Formats: sequence, C-alpha cells, structure tokens
Amino acid sequence: MRDIIRMIVVLAVLGALSGGGLAFVKKNTEAKIEYQQLKFVKGPAIQEIMEGCTNDPIVDRFKVQDGEVERSFYVGVFDGKANAVAYEAEGKGFGGVIGLMVGVNLETDELLGMGVTTHSETPGLGARAKDDPSFRAQFRGMSLTQPFKVKTDGGDVDAVSGATITSRGVCAGMSKSAEFYKKLKPQIIEKAAAFAN
Amino acid sequence: MSEVSLAQEFTKGLWKEIPPFRLVLGLCPTLAVTKAFETGFGMGLALTFVLVCSNILVSLGRKMIPAKVRVPCFIIIIATFVVIVELVMQAYTYPLFLKLGIFIPLIVVNCIVLGRAEAFASKQGIVASIADGLGMGIGFTLSLSVLGSIREIFGAGTWLGKAVFGASFQPFTFMVEAPGAFVCLGLMLGIMNLVGKK
Repeated sequence: MRDIIRMIVVLAVLGALSGGGLAFVKKNTEAKIEYQQLKFVKGPAIQEIMEGCTNDPIVDRFKVQDGEVERSFYVGVFDGKANAVAYEAEGKGFGGVIGLMVGVNLETDELLGMGVTTHSETPGLGARAKDDPSFRAQFRGMSLTQPFKVKTDGGDVDAVSGATITSRGVCAGMSKSAEFYKKLKPQIIEKAAAFAN
Repeated sequence: MSEVSLAQEFTKGLWKEIPPFRLVLGLCPTLAVTKAFETGFGMGLALTFVLVCSNILVSLGRKMIPAKVRVPCFIIIIATFVVIVELVMQAYTYPLFLKLGIFIPLIVVNCIVLGRAEAFASKQGIVASIADGLGMGIGFTLSLSVLGSIREIFGAGTWLGKAVFGASFQPFTFMVEAPGAFVCLGLMLGIMNLVGKK
C-alpha cells in the first residue's frame, strides 16, 4: 500500500512540475511564436501588398471584434500616414478553404492588392491563383464597394484558366471580406490611426 | 567519482560509444533529417539539450523515483524538455522548425535519451550524468552533421545552401532520398568498424 501511494505521489508531483514549467515557457514564447508564424506563413503576402511601406506591418497589428470572431488587421504606413490595412478573408474553393490576404487603402476603399496564403487547390490549376501574379494583380486598384465576380458571371475578374471554381471562390471571399470591412471601418480607422508616425 | 573517469564519461560519447555509429540507437532521426548539414546539426543540438537536461533531472531524482514507475517518470521528464525545445525553436528558428517538423516531438521516443536515462543517469551522480549527456549529445550532433554534409554535398552539390562544385556538377539525387540515407549510414558504420578493428 505504501508503495502505491509513493508511486502516485511521485508521478503526480512530477506531472505538476512539468505542467507548471511548460506553462511558464509557453507564456514566455507565445508572442514570439505568433510573430514568427505570421512572418513566415502570411508575411510574404502581406509584404507584397504593403510594398513600399515604412513600417513592419507584422508588428503593427491590431484586432477588432466582429460579432463572434476576432479579426486581425495589419497596418501599412505610407508617407507617415497609417492609411492602409491588410486583413485576412476566406473563400471556398474547389479543394476546401482558400485563405486570402486583402490589402485596402483606408482613404479611397481601393484594393492595394490581394494574396493567397493557404489553400488546397489542384496543383497547376487552382493553385495558380496563388502562384500566378497576373491573376492577383488585376485586383489592385479595384474598389471594395463593387461586387467581385468572374467574367463568366458578368463581373470583371479574369478567372485563372481551367480553375473557374477556384476563381469564383476567391471572388466570393473578396465580396464577403468587403462586407465586414464596411461594417468595421469606423473601428479600423480609429485603431489604425494609432500607428501613424 | 574521480576526475579521470569523468573525462572518460564525456569522451566515450565522442568516439568509443559514439551514437549512432557505435551505439546504434536513435536511427529514426538519423535517417530522416540528415538530408542537409543544417537539419542534421539542428537536430543534434535539440537532442543534446534534451539529453543533458533529462540526465540531470533523472540523476537528481534517482533516489526518489520508485523503480516500478521509473519509465513513466523518465518519459514525463523527457517529454517536458522536448516540448520546451519545440516552443523555443518555434520562437527563434522557425524555418528550421518547419524543416524538422514531426521529428522534434519524436525526440520523446528517441532511444538514446531514454537509454541514457535508464542505463546511466538513474545510477550515477549529477556531474557524471552531465558529462555523459554532453558527450553523447555532441557525438550525436557530430555524426548527424557528418552524415548531413555527405548527403548534401553529393546529393545536392551544396553545403549550407552554397554550391561547392562547379556548374557542371550533376547532383547525385539518390543521396538525398530515403535509400541514400540507408546506404550512407551503412557505409559509415562499415568504415567505423574497419577503423575500430585496428
């Protein structure tokens, strides 16, 4: 009996110490890990959208509550004014969710650009939505107030050839992102202003 | 523990019992992450840290840990340090973490770490256990670095990402694929045996 109690006590103490130690390390590395993940996973898309900005958009970020979900916004400073934000959106593609990064000029509501961060589309077809720069480039300068549609649906976005469903998914994601952008705009402007220098 | 044997505990990991060539344990990461020097070296450092820390704690607690539950206790200690390594790597060397991927959490079941805890640290004092862990860890790092270098140089024609041969070099891609790992490890084991026989 004494043996059993001793085993239980040793294991319990060890487990508690281990848990405590790990919680401490986790707490101290959390912010750093979040930054690294942003930098290497979403960083390339953000950097492309915010080309020419004078700050680090990954550091200058804030969150806004949108109903149930919390959305992250990355601020781009141009000419000393924090007049651009990039944020994430989602579209449904052929193989699953397509993660999008959308960059908007806060003054004109024009798109600075968009990028695809994560996807599971067919390599060589739908995956070109991420890899083909000309598909991404056509979004630059479009206004967030108009709906996004591919040309076959009566819009003005050239679909990636052979990947209409993917392109539609991207457009739907962009349209949806425009909705919550409009809804949250007052809060976005208020919070982004803090990053101007 | 006299000074002489302390040095021996340290150096045995570097040559006489160098893992994985002499102490043929921990082959899973040896085969899987030695595609290049960088990954082999990183894996070696991660394992060294886990090995030294777990050796210290196992040695410290060797009188308190009941024999019947010693393996679960060792595993808790080892797993804790592995998760610490994982978190720290994510925070500071994220690209390396992505390359090593699943093989970092798999250090938990690495035979070298559990083997040293069971065979050495649970019977010896702290200082000797540190020496043992350091020696084994550095030996493992050296081995993986050598294997990684050979495979990277011949398989990709690069070392640390820089080209070592002229433009006319045709990479021997077999070396960076899985069978190349077995062949390379086998040749190294053979060479070590040949040298050791004399």
